Amino acid sequence: MSNRQYIQGGIGLSEDDIQQGKVFFAEDSLNCRYAWDMGVAIERYLRELKNGRIIAKSCNECRRIMVPPRMFCELCFRPSDDWVFVQDTGVVNTFSICYVNWDASRIKPGETPHLPAVIEIDGASKGMGIMHRLGEVDPKDIKIGMRVKAVWKPAEERTGAITDIKYFKPYQEV
Amino acid sequence: MRKVAVIGAGMTKFVRRALETPKELSFEATKAALDSCGLRLEDIECVAHGSAPDAFDGVHQKGEYLADGCGGWNKPTMRVFVGGATGVHAIIHGWYHVASGMFDTCLVVCEEKMSNAMPHAQGFFLTIFDHTTERALQPNLLWIFALEKNRYMQRYGYTKEDMALVAVKNKNQGLKHPASQFKDPVTLEDILNSEVMAYPVNRLDVSPVSDGAAAVVLASEKVAKRLTDKPVWVEGVGWSLDTAYWGTRDLYYPRYTEHAARMAYKMAGIREPHKQINIAEPYDPFGYKALHHMEGLLLSPRGKTVQLLRDGYFDMDGNLPMCPSGGLLGVGNPIAAAGMMKICELFWQLRGEAGERQVPGNPKLGVAQAWGDLMQVSSVVVMGS
Repeated sequence: MSNRQYIQGGIGLSEDDIQQGKVFFAEDSLNCRYAWDMGVAIERYLRELKNGRIIAKSCNECRRIMVPPRMFCELCFRPSDDWVFVQDTGVVNTFSICYVNWDASRIKPGETPHLPAVIEIDGASKGMGIMHRLGEVDPKDIKIGMRVKAVWKPAEERTGAITDIKYFKPYQEV
Repeated sequence: MRKVAVIGAGMTKFVRRALETPKELSFEATKAALDSCGLRLEDIECVAHGSAPDAFDGVHQKGEYLADGCGGWNKPTMRVFVGGATGVHAIIHGWYHVASGMFDTCLVVCEEKMSNAMPHAQGFFLTIFDHTTERALQPNLLWIFALEKNRYMQRYGYTKEDMALVAVKNKNQGLKHPASQFKDPVTLEDILNSEVMAYPVNRLDVSPVSDGAAAVVLASEKVAKRLTDKPVWVEGVGWSLDTAYWGTRDLYYPRYTEHAARMAYKMAGIREPHKQINIAEPYDPFGYKALHHMEGLLLSPRGKTVQLLRDGYFDMDGNLPMCPSGGLLGVGNPIAAAGMMKICELFWQLRGEAGERQVPGNPKLGVAQAWGDLMQVSSVVVMGS
């Protein structure tokens, strides 16, 4: 007895079938446009990024300093409490060296790979990380546990976006 | 709650790009599942349906659009969607319909057609990230799973080669599955020499994009015993969701998977899962995920999983065979259908009908698990003969 008889359908097409028009297909391209409101907490987060600072919010019940800031603590399920500035330095919790772009296309030959990382921000609760990118570093020198510092865009170029921080670069405390 | 049995299973082949429409794929799997237990659609009282992002199809009412193919005409039909966890979640959703006493029979159908999305389904995953704090950095799932994998490896001193062993094992095992989209065996060197996509992830560490569908038929105890001598019981179900602030928890351990597993084990009366479970089908979209999930499922001690893998503990004739189906790496990964394929596998294995993939020794108890969204949700099902 075998399950083979209960597997049916799933007729595979090849690239040729499509490209040479051996099968019909319909194409469409949706252009979805949105205008997202930032909300109470992220509005302030972005405003401070524009000022070259990172702001967090505390929960006085679980005593977390949360970044990105949020208007309610999702653990205690109560309104969060105080606005707290945190550092623009941190520690690399994990990283990757990416040769694929967001749409799965490949970076061009010679182009620097994307260097995403989770960075635990100094002054926030332990383990509170944000995703960002690393820069000014040879990919082979990146280590988990490495200290990094934000490299900001010049003030006049900041728009109130997470990309107001260009990237984080290795940093030695003096 | 009433006892619920799986009494039939069916699926399509998994292929990179299917000629059939999503509805046609759903029909093939559903019909195969009905045929496997000798039922007709009129014998089915309700339909539980699972499919992942609408964006793949570009039809933003996918549940209703697919319903005809799932046997949903004129029946109570309901869709669930929890990202990659959908395939295992859907049977939990169907289980409730029958366990509650509301219905005696339920079709559970999962379908995914990823090839519609152009030029590549991966691009659509950009839209699962927070639009302000993350999307501007242009991430995709390869990036964040690479982040998780790197953290997991670093935490326990696992190597890229250790993680690649899973792809070798599952891809070669998958060749025995008649629905697999692969034909050729692979070696460790093939995995390690494949294109680096996002260090530490190589192309062959990742399951492929696929089209396909899979379905099972559920029945109450009374109906199941009338229809089959070999019902496979849903012994326990569990699921758990962690926060979408995925950067704010440490990624080396899937806590939510443990929560889901404990819920399912408790319901199934399992106290020592690593001793009692005979077959595991952990979710394996990437090689490391199978091991990560074995730890979260409490089936392997944290940090010792690679040693057990190397010692053959998870081989087909080992203490705890892992992914006898071949998994997503070996059969294919049409998101929701891939999770349901794992449920089909437990059904066939526990009935002794898995052909050349059959795990020896009359396995009695199996667990299947799937995982999804921003590395935050797990669904776990324990099945027993």
